[in-house]
Amino acid sequence: MQERVKGPQFDIVGTRPVRPDGADKVTGRAKYGADHRVAGQLVGKVLRSPYAHARIRSIDVSAAAKLPGVKAIVTREDFKDQPSEFVPAGEMLVNYRDVVRNVMAHEKVLFEGHPVAAVAATSESIARAALKLIKVDYEVLPHVIDVVEAMKPDAPVVDETIFTAGVTPPPTKPSNVAKRVEFVLGDIEKGFKEADLVIEREFNTQPVHQGYIEPHACIATVSEDGTAELWTTTQGHWVARAHCARLLGWDITKLRVTSSEIGGGFGGKTVVYLEPVALALSAKTHRPVKMVMSREEVFKASGPTSGANVWVKMGVKKDGTITAGEAVLKYQAGCFQGSPVQPGCMCAFAPYDLANVKVVGFDVLSNRPKVAAYRAPGGPISEYAVESVVDEIAEKLGMCPIELRLKNAAKEGTKAAYGPKFGPIGMVECLEAAKSSPHWNGPLGKNQGRGIAAGFWFNIGGETTVNLQLNEDGTVTLMAGTPDIGGLRASLAMMAAEELKIPYEKVRPIIGDTATLGYNFVTGGSRSTFSSGLATVEAARSIIKQACGRAAKLWEIPEDAVTWEDGEIRPAGDNAGKFKAMKLADIAKVAGKTGGALVGVGAISAQGAAPSFGVHIADTEVDPDTGKLTVTRYTVIQDAGIAIHPSYVEGQFQGGAAQGIGWALNEEYIYDDKGRLQNAGFLDYRIPVASDLPMIETIIVEVPNPRHPYGVRGIGETAIVPPMAAVNASARRATGVRMFELPLSPPKVLKAMKGKSA
Amino acid sequence: MRYESPDTLEAAAKMLAAESGDARVLAGGTDLLVQIRSEILSPSLVVDIKKITETRTISEEKGGFRIGAAVAGAELKEHARLKKVWPGLVEAANLIGSTQVQGRCSLGGNLCNGSPAADSVPALIAAGAVVSIVGPNGRREMKVEDVMLAPRKLALTKGEIIASFFLPARPAHASDAYLRFIPRTEMDIAVVGCAVSLVLDASGTCTAARVGLGAVAARPLLVEDAGKALVGTKVDEAALEKAAAAARAACKPIDDKRGTIEFRTDVAGVLTKRTALIALERARKA
Amino acid sequence: MKHHVTTMVNGDEVEFLCSTEQTLLDCLRDELDLTGAKEGCGSGDCGACSVLVDGRLVCSCLVLGVEVSGKKIETIEGMAKGDELHPLQRKFLEHAALQCGICTPGVLVAAKSLLEKNPDPTETEVRYWLAGNLCRCTGYDKIIRAVMDAAAEMRGA
Repeated sequence: MQERVKGPQFDIVGTRPVRPDGADKVTGRAKYGADHRVAGQLVGKVLRSPYAHARIRSIDVSAAAKLPGVKAIVTREDFKDQPSEFVPAGEMLVNYRDVVRNVMAHEKVLFEGHPVAAVAATSESIARAALKLIKVDYEVLPHVIDVVEAMKPDAPVVDETIFTAGVTPPPTKPSNVAKRVEFVLGDIEKGFKEADLVIEREFNTQPVHQGYIEPHACIATVSEDGTAELWTTTQGHWVARAHCARLLGWDITKLRVTSSEIGGGFGGKTVVYLEPVALALSAKTHRPVKMVMSREEVFKASGPTSGANVWVKMGVKKDGTITAGEAVLKYQAGCFQGSPVQPGCMCAFAPYDLANVKVVGFDVLSNRPKVAAYRAPGGPISEYAVESVVDEIAEKLGMCPIELRLKNAAKEGTKAAYGPKFGPIGMVECLEAAKSSPHWNGPLGKNQGRGIAAGFWFNIGGETTVNLQLNEDGTVTLMAGTPDIGGLRASLAMMAAEELKIPYEKVRPIIGDTATLGYNFVTGGSRSTFSSGLATVEAARSIIKQACGRAAKLWEIPEDAVTWEDGEIRPAGDNAGKFKAMKLADIAKVAGKTGGALVGVGAISAQGAAPSFGVHIADTEVDPDTGKLTVTRYTVIQDAGIAIHPSYVEGQFQGGAAQGIGWALNEEYIYDDKGRLQNAGFLDYRIPVASDLPMIETIIVEVPNPRHPYGVRGIGETAIVPPMAAVNASARRATGVRMFELPLSPPKVLKAMKGKSA
Repeated sequence: MRYESPDTLEAAAKMLAAESGDARVLAGGTDLLVQIRSEILSPSLVVDIKKITETRTISEEKGGFRIGAAVAGAELKEHARLKKVWPGLVEAANLIGSTQVQGRCSLGGNLCNGSPAADSVPALIAAGAVVSIVGPNGRREMKVEDVMLAPRKLALTKGEIIASFFLPARPAHASDAYLRFIPRTEMDIAVVGCAVSLVLDASGTCTAARVGLGAVAARPLLVEDAGKALVGTKVDEAALEKAAAAARAACKPIDDKRGTIEFRTDVAGVLTKRTALIALERARKA
Repeated sequence: MKHHVTTMVNGDEVEFLCSTEQTLLDCLRDELDLTGAKEGCGSGDCGACSVLVDGRLVCSCLVLGVEVSGKKIETIEGMAKGDELHPLQRKFLEHAALQCGICTPGVLVAAKSLLEKNPDPTETEVRYWLAGNLCRCTGYDKIIRAVMDAAAEMRGA
């Protein structure tokens, strides 16, 4: 079932046209990161650490350099140190001291797979042979993988420069705890005193990888004059440009970055791994250098999201009023500080209107790859824990879990624990839609259980530029700079066509490179349809204004005597004079004679982003003899603001749910006792396959965002937030046991079920 | 790395025997190519045996079947007679990898890869398959359960190639089944695999039974006690319970990324019962 | 030493040179510039490199280039005929059955092979046939719908 709670209110927005980049993607023509080739290109390969934690005593590249066909080698010598300071990079802060060390190890290797050197050679086999000739002298150090272990006072210290921030007095010894954060609302002790029932639980989750099917890939070409071209698969080529220019000490204008078609990112392609290395190698040879990660490298050395230990305590009155919510979140950051524990704290209780909240978060280092953003970074972990406790409260009170949530739901005016008051939001609408859904009211079979959970995620704005060109024949070329991962070009073309009152097919949207368009922050934070949509509307309105000006010129009347109505430029009333109305195409034809090309630019820092709430219903069936859980039915209900292209909104709902189901059931990073990843491949890192899942039903709830001309909310991320708790709640009813650890893999479930019967 | 594709077994065996470096047989390549790519193996020679008629043919012989070692999984599935007589073996072979992998993977490769978790091997063991091996010194035969000694270790000498598998003639009321446990529905390596082959008499009493288990020890096992537990019974609940207990007793698994000792042992018993029931149902109709 | 391989790709005879190590996928992409088949894993676990060899669906990353001498290869680049997209390609667009699109060529090649063998598959049959084609974006829902719809159209149902 795919349903929308409200219908479309526009001519084009809300319809389901074929995406403009579709034909290229179903014919194999579309060029992704690894599909590009430049004449004379070399192959770049990275030498990676076999150890989880070791000091690098020396690196000897002399034998490798002598191998015929080897053209360049880079090591830490080629990536000079950066000062330790946090600089803003869009929604996040970046510390280039850590970024440079993540790209190429300096004093120590901090995880298995950490880059130590890289080679550019005339062939793949020569590059591989050269890597074997590089001699690295390591002093192996004790390592730490588990987050709770890493917080112990005697744990091996991953980064000796880390002194816990956010505690008083400031610590005198380095540790793996980079930061303590705290969010407080009301009086938590008072809240617990008012409660009739208090539940306190501890949860553990494992790191999970974004699992994009396209490995990281790029080609760098550095000219003799220092100008450079970079082709890369990225969620943000301006951000990639900034990082590369900074690490290499180049002027930004020297580096032109083109984003390829991108084969999935989910947050994991907002950082640079290969790009600075490929540029550095090319700078040494002035030949193009192509680098492509293997799947093993993707798993070992690109960012998963945090695994975590989460403690939650909630108090509730007999009538279901939640009086207090408290949580302590310990998130793995990987080998450098910067886990998403802060958003995790902010999200934890966000779906609810609570008077008393306290959330404390710890950002914890260990000998794992540095985490990268993964769809709603931080949110799924804390909300899994909180929603699982909410489910237990409903059970203990004998209350319907939807009614319990309705009683406490955040709504317009609710003050979130992290600060702001919500504007119009759709949490209640989603719960109501869930309550009346066919799924919630449908039957269950033997060994099956049904669970429900809510989720919240932000939406960000940020720097965004869109150019619109009105072509001579009245068609429009739209250039955006937020890489299109899941149908963005369709949505932007729809909004442009809606504004300009021209057919959707007359707009050709493309993604520009960094030299052809103003700055754009990444496609991330559920921002691209929202922010590039806003910029598109602004650019379109600029085109209309300019067109009106041209008509005024032609008609020799003042500009304010010209209006734009029903897709036509008309004299404003009889007093303005009698002139035949003109379409944009008429203006386009005479653009040359009236002042030149009409180009609309929307260059904004997008404001007015609005969050999206969702509610998921999951049915699972357990095999009581093996503990295997199967999701038998699944429904996503989420507030989209307004769905510009409902098919791609549904696609985001379904894709987020599928990733969450994988997180809930099978996905995890498994390390051996030496800190080496045991499942660095799709064989044993088990993402859901087609036969694992049912159809994923969707209900699009539309509570428009008043601060967007088409009511858009960012919807890309929320859908990964509720699945773990929804599956956990359904598993509770299917198995008869309540579990507190992810993934809900068969050995764990079977053990829990046996424990119950024993 | 050199590549050869001879058209006789003798020529292939000679090439393999003569190679001073590491020489590998290429059948479907679904394991070999992955291992070469990840540099687990770096052979100096690969010998493609797919141009050799015997390795690519399914034929009926002495009332039974001879299956070439390089016949692809998808081809086994398309052989209606084989599928009718040995449904369990065919379903086991068809569980190796995806549809795409089925287009290439073979019984010979699945065995010679030397994985304790190979899906088709317990089914071949339960079937009582005999392998025909050709080497530089001629041809010999071996029971399938004797081929693998330990992970990645085979009872083959340098230059020897598994050419084909012989499955014996089946009496009336005989059939087989294979089940495996994996965390997903597809694309995983077996956490436990179980094959059961049964023969019933006219009254429905089991007269012969063989049980093969995979992924519960250093190599796929023939669990004779589990078979014995079923012989002479109507494969009733008591007999199934006894067979399951025998299967669990035979397990010597390890804890690894795919499962725990406790889980594997438990599930071996569960699967033995379930698989035997499917085989029973089929044997009654056969 | 390199091998000189002559083969038919999408109905055209082509020749290329390859070393033994090069897979069919490497040869298609690097020697023939047919980059529609993608490398997602290089180990046969993702299906993004799916092609047909003599009508048989395989992962081209698990076939050596030298093995396809004299064989017939069909890739995503040969699926549309002239101006006409294959019904599966059209249905994928209509159903929005792709997001990032990296898995799409492999899924389409695999789905085409399914419908040639089984013109009227059940949802379960489609799901199991495509289990070796990983998609991380869609949750498979719209892919399955598009394949079922294309099958119905091709049957004239």
